[in-house]
Parts: sequence; C-alpha cells; structure tokens
Amino acid sequence: MYMFKYVLKRLGLMLLTFCVIMLICFTLIKLLPISVPREMGVDVNIGYFRLEQRGYIKDLVFQNGIVVGFTRVPILTQLWYYIKRIFTEGDFGIGTTIASYSLKPVWDVFIEKLPPTVLINVYSTIIGVPIGLGLGIIAALKKNKWQDQLINIIIILLISLPSIVLGLLIQYFACYKWGWFPIIMDSGYDYFSWSMFKSMLPAVFALCLGSIAGYARFTRAELAEVLTNDFMLLARTKGLTRGQATIRHAMRNSMVVIFPSILSEFISVLSGSLIIESMFSIPGVGRLYLDSITYQDYDFFMLLSGFYCLVGLVAGIVIDISYGFIDPRIRMGAK
Amino acid sequence: MNNNINLPEIPRDKFRFVEKNDLSHDKKLETKPVGYFKGAFLRFCKNKGAIVAACVIIVLILFAIIVPFCTPYTVSYFDEHYKSAMPRSELFKNTSFWDGCETKVQNKFEFTVQYAIGLETGGKHNGIKNQEYEIIESVDETTGAVNTLYKFRRDSIETVGCIYKDFSFKEYAAIQQYQDEHNVQVIYPTIDLADRPNGGNGSYGGDAKFYFKTTPITSLTISIDYDEDGNIIPVYSKRPVSSASNDMYTSKMRIEGEDGVEIDGERYYYTYAKPKGAGVELRINYYEYFVYNHTQVLKDGIESPHFLFGCDTNGRDILTCLASGARFSFLFAIAVAVVNMIVGAIYGSIEGYYGGKTDLIMERLSDILSAVPMMIVITLLKYHMGTASQILVLFISFFLTGWIGMAGTTRMQFYRFKNQEYVLAARTLGAKDGRLIFKHIFPNAIGTLVTSCALIIPSMIYSETNLTYLGIINLASGNITSVGTLIANGQGALSTYPHITLFPSVFLVLLMLSFNLFGNGLRDAFNPSLRGAEG
Repeated sequence: MYMFKYVLKRLGLMLLTFCVIMLICFTLIKLLPISVPREMGVDVNIGYFRLEQRGYIKDLVFQNGIVVGFTRVPILTQLWYYIKRIFTEGDFGIGTTIASYSLKPVWDVFIEKLPPTVLINVYSTIIGVPIGLGLGIIAALKKNKWQDQLINIIIILLISLPSIVLGLLIQYFACYKWGWFPIIMDSGYDYFSWSMFKSMLPAVFALCLGSIAGYARFTRAELAEVLTNDFMLLARTKGLTRGQATIRHAMRNSMVVIFPSILSEFISVLSGSLIIESMFSIPGVGRLYLDSITYQDYDFFMLLSGFYCLVGLVAGIVIDISYGFIDPRIRMGAK
Repeated sequence: MNNNINLPEIPRDKFRFVEKNDLSHDKKLETKPVGYFKGAFLRFCKNKGAIVAACVIIVLILFAIIVPFCTPYTVSYFDEHYKSAMPRSELFKNTSFWDGCETKVQNKFEFTVQYAIGLETGGKHNGIKNQEYEIIESVDETTGAVNTLYKFRRDSIETVGCIYKDFSFKEYAAIQQYQDEHNVQVIYPTIDLADRPNGGNGSYGGDAKFYFKTTPITSLTISIDYDEDGNIIPVYSKRPVSSASNDMYTSKMRIEGEDGVEIDGERYYYTYAKPKGAGVELRINYYEYFVYNHTQVLKDGIESPHFLFGCDTNGRDILTCLASGARFSFLFAIAVAVVNMIVGAIYGSIEGYYGGKTDLIMERLSDILSAVPMMIVITLLKYHMGTASQILVLFISFFLTGWIGMAGTTRMQFYRFKNQEYVLAARTLGAKDGRLIFKHIFPNAIGTLVTSCALIIPSMIYSETNLTYLGIINLASGNITSVGTLIANGQGALSTYPHITLFPSVFLVLLMLSFNLFGNGLRDAFNPSLRGAEG
C-alpha cells in the first residue's frame, strides 16, 4: 500500500511537471509568426483551410480566390482545440515547413520514423549491457590487478571520448578505411533484413560503446563494494565456492543499484541520440526533431518535444520506483 | 624510596621561589598548520594523473589564448584555392608525414599535370614533392593490357600551380617591379586561347596548369600530347621580335629584360599577358602571387601560404579556427560556470539555511526547471531571439538549468552543518543570519562547489560542441567559430581529408579526458572523508 501511494504521488508530480512544460512550450510557440503549409500542385489555399479547420486561424480574407489575410485565434482557445483534437481524433497537427512532410499528419510521420530509432537503441542495449556488466564484474573480481587496470583505462577512455569523436572514428575506420559497413543506413522499410542490420551497425556501435563504459564503471564500483562486506566472508565460511558466493550473494546485491539504470535505459531507447542519428543519417525521430527545429515546423516540434520530455521524465521515475520493488528494504521518499 | 620517608618534613632550604620566566607553557607547535585548502592542494598533488591532466589543461588554455595572436590568419579569412590543404610543419618537411603532401596514385594524365608544374618553375614549385614518383604497373589478367599508375606525394599548396587572373595595367607593372626587386617569377608566359585545352572552353579550358599541348577528346575530357621522347610540348604564347614594335601583344605584354627564345633563326618574345577588358589577364604562379599579394598589397602579416594544421573545406586555416573556437569555448564555459556557481550558491544557501516551507517551494521550482529538456529551451529561445544573438541564447539555456546542481550541493552542505555545535554557539553569541551563512556555513561548501565547477566546464564545452555540430546553434554570424562547427565542416570530407576533423577531435578528446581526470582528482582532494587519511 505504501509503494502504491508513492508511485501515485510520483506519477502525479510527473504529470504536473509535464503539463507545465508543455503549456509554456505551446504558449511560446503560438506567439511566433505563423507559417502556412504549401504543397506544389495543390490548391494554394489548402494550407489555410487546414489551419482554420484546426482552429488556429479564423476569418480568412479572400482576394481573387486566394487567401490574403486571416485573424489568429486567442492562444487559450487554440490550446483547447489542440487538446480536444488530440483526445478525440488523435490529431497532433500537420507538417508545415518541412517540405517532404508538408500537410501530412504529424503523428503518422512520427510513427513511421520510430522503428529505426527504437531498433538501433534496442540493438545497442542488447550488445552493451552484457559486455558492460561482464567487464565490470571482471574488473571488480580482479580488483587492483592488471585486468582491472586495463579495464579501467578502457572505461576512462570510452567515457571521455565524446560521442561525436567516437562516431567519427567508427565512420572513418570501419566504414571508409576497412569498408566493413555501408556509410549510411539503407533506405526502405525492411527493418529486419540482414543488409539493413549491417548498415545499422556503425550507429549501434557508436551508441553502445559509451553505455558499455558506463555500465562497466557502475558495476565495478558496486560489486567491489559488496564483495568487501562481511556476509561475503560468511558465505565463503559456509563452504560456498568463490563463484557461488559471487553470483548468488554479491551479484544479487549489486544488481539492486544496477538494474534500475538498465531499466531506464530501456525506456530511453525511444529517444535515441540526435548526434548519432544525424552523423549516420538514420531516418529516425532524432533527424525529424532536428529538421523540425531547423525548419521551424511547430506541430512537429510540439509533438517531439512532448515525446522527449515524457521519455526523460518516465525514465527518471522508473529508476526511483524500481528501487523499491527490487529491494523492499529501500523505501523511497520515506521520512 | 629513601627520599619519600620524611616527606612532611622537607627542609625549608630545599624550597625556593620560582622565577616566572622559567614556567614552561604549552609548547608551540613547530610544524605549520595545514589549512583546508592547503590540505586539499597537498592531496591533489599526490594524484599523478590529475597533475598531468592539469598540465594538459593549462597547455590547452595557453593554446587557446596565445595562438589567435600568433597566427596571421583570422577566422573569417579563407582562400578558395587552398581548400582542404594538408597540414604542413617545417620540422617534418623532409619526412613523409605532416609535410603538407598527400599520397596519390593516379593515371598518367593527372600525374603529368602535377609533374609539369615542377618542370615549368624549374623545381622551385613542385606539384609533386621533390619530383619523386613511383610507377606501378599492373597487368589486367583477362585483356592483358598494362595499366600504368603513378604513385607520388602531391603537395597540396603547390598543386594549385598557375592560375589565370585579371589585373589592371598598374597592378601588372607593380608585379613586374616586385619581380625585379625580389628576383622571383610570379608571372609566367600566357597561353594563346587557341592553344588552351578545348580552345579555352570545357572543363579544363580555364585551367592555367595546361601550358603544354593537349588534344580535346570531348568538351569535358582532353588528352596530353607528348613528343617522341615522351616529354610534354610547351605551347607558350610568343611573338617574333621583328614585329615587336607594332604588335600590342609583344610591345606591352612582354617583360623588359626577358630575351625570349630563338626558333629556326628567328627570335621570339614570350607573351606574358593577354589584353582583357581595360586590363590584362595574367598567368601567375599562385604561390608567388599569394606571397606578393599578402606582403605587398594587403600587408596583413601573412608571409606565405603555410598552414600548420591545414585548411578546412572552405580554405580556412584550421589552426586559427580551432584556437579561436577553443578560446570561445573556454571563455563561455567559464563565464557560465561562474554565473551558475554564484546563483546556485545563493539559492542553495537560502534553501538550506531556512529549510521548511521556503525549502519546499524552492525545491519544487528547481525540480520543474530541471525537467525541461535543454533542446526545447534552446529552440524556443532561438525562435524568439533570432539568429543574431545566438551566444546569448546559448548562455541563457545553459544557465537556466545549470545552476540547479550547484544549488543542490550547497543545500546539502547547509543541511549538514547548520545544526552543528559551532554554528549554534555562534548563534548564541548573537551572530546574525547573514554572518552565519557566509562566515560559518558557506565555506564548508566551497570545496564541493569548486569541484562541481571543474566538472561542469567540460560538460558545457561538450554540449556547446554538440549543439554547434548539429547546427542548432550557428555562431558564424558573430564571426566566431566553434569546435563543433569545424567537425561538422570536416565530416563531409572525412573519407578524403580526415585531417580536417582530426585536429578538432584531438582537441576535444584531450580536453574531455584531462578535465575528467582533473575533476576526479579535485573531488578526491576536497573529499573531507579522505582528509588526513594519508598522513
């Protein structure tokens, strides 16, 4: 019952924060000059009609059949229409200035762009977590021996390498110099074909090397601390082998801290990395977000900002909540 | 034991008055007291990695401060002929590394064009380093044809060779005077239009490197004609001496003191210029012209086309751009960090000291602020403030969430210390809130604040680099460049010219690595639990 209350409280606070942020975002965007979508070969007025239909503008002024002027609806009214359309029709608006998505429903484009981002991040997590944990365990077991020092150096190097440089290194050596992978990701929607997988790999590596270092460092620190505890000595005196004691007692205890971070990584796989996506030309959400920023496409920007914001918030509370579920001794937020 | 027997009856004469001077008080400590900061410094010095990192940081900062003053180039300077020039250091000019050359394996046509530059200038300007080359022959197994390729190191500055450029007669005379004074050759004999590749049209028509006979194949491709010895055949424009007086070409366009050549018993003068509009079109060696233009005409301190780190794809000097980008990054990061620290310290102090409701409200406020993704802040600010004030956009968005961490650290320290006995004692003695905050509690937070300041600087530089790399923030309007912009510029040419991205990347990696190590060292040094642990 206590946990339930706590989770509810956290969720409530999260929703409040989310609403405040999005409200500010919406207001600030609606204060900007409006841009009307145009599409070649279609009725020139269609952009205005779509915007009017969405309740953004009203009182269109026609001259020779072409819209020359309009009145903007008050921001609060716009907000009401915006929320109403989201909940009744699932309509988040239409693309305006990004040429290739002009007049297209924002939500559909977003769903279409999601698979590459999610796939790349899922692959990266699948590769990164076992290697990271493995390296961390080896380092902790061989603490202060040469294996530990080697792993430590690798970790420091990987953590200090900015993802730009990491991406460039992979692109230059693996793609250009040795020609292992294609330079940019294959186009098309056949996401599970071998060639598509291969073309995703450079981005996957660039993403997972950083998280490998993170996991390894985290695991090493946690496990090394648990290994020095008295109950480990007790376990050995009971007659457990070193391996048994490590896996059954030390690992379980250190996982209390490590597991939540893996969980939150799984949630944030949705958001991906802007840098990696733009560097390896991944047609994913990150690219879409960047485009919406560059071309000032407000509906896209609203949707994607909300999405990123939500992912970040959820990942944050999942860590906190999962502590309580994994280890009942920990009572988060208790006085 | 004998002495104690008659203790109550000690003879009077055994007593005497003490002299006050002989009283020995507590002995003064002979060792010097080690203060908080001194102790931290001593602990820091024991961490070798951190010391090395600190040295690297100092070198990087010095690089950022000094280099922009030392290079003659500026960030806005670019030379379109030296696009993607290779890095060249005078120290390494005799090795095949960092010598401003790149190894090329090309066919005979490309090779001849490069080789001819050296032939024409008499070895003074070699398109191919030292005119050394290797011939690689491979036999096609199916057809049996021999495929000849040339392997050579192409000098990326000298490979520009000659170009056609228009001048007024006054400039023409000035260049001639410069040639006589400095004993160099800037102007080379021009080529008649008819002898230029494709008659001056097509893709090679305007290329002044072709001073030898060529045959057009199509409008886009040509072949080089060789004589029976396999040499190129120069086709310089020349006029017989006999017609020198009345021919515009030879009277005005020849250079005084140049004797020309004798062919079949008749003397010819080379023509050095072609009339064009109100002036002339000259065929100039670009290297010599660059030197002339910068030392005599522009007088901007540039003496020769010499790029230590090479040029980027726009022909800008990477060294200058990198150094000024680094300078901007450092200045910006330090400014933001200082402002963050001040605001965070004040906010955290108030939160921590007063606690209760004040704390609750202020915490909620910073909670909401910290949940706002930075990308949204930056984008919205950018939309509203326009492209002209992008530094301000960057500053505000880094500041908006940056101080929260600092405030948290300060708040923690206040909670730890505000109920300690010494604070209570000071309060009992009548110290006011302000005095308690700044004199008694706040100094305890300085160590952690300094550490988080050192850790926040690289993360600022990192985010700034990312944003400029993605092109969300574009500092070009303020005539400032950034490491991220440089990397983004070089990424397009990554396969052919990796050096453009190499130098900014190395800078970034060194910076991150050393700041990480330095920050860790600082954290350990200021960590109170380690205080005195190593004696």
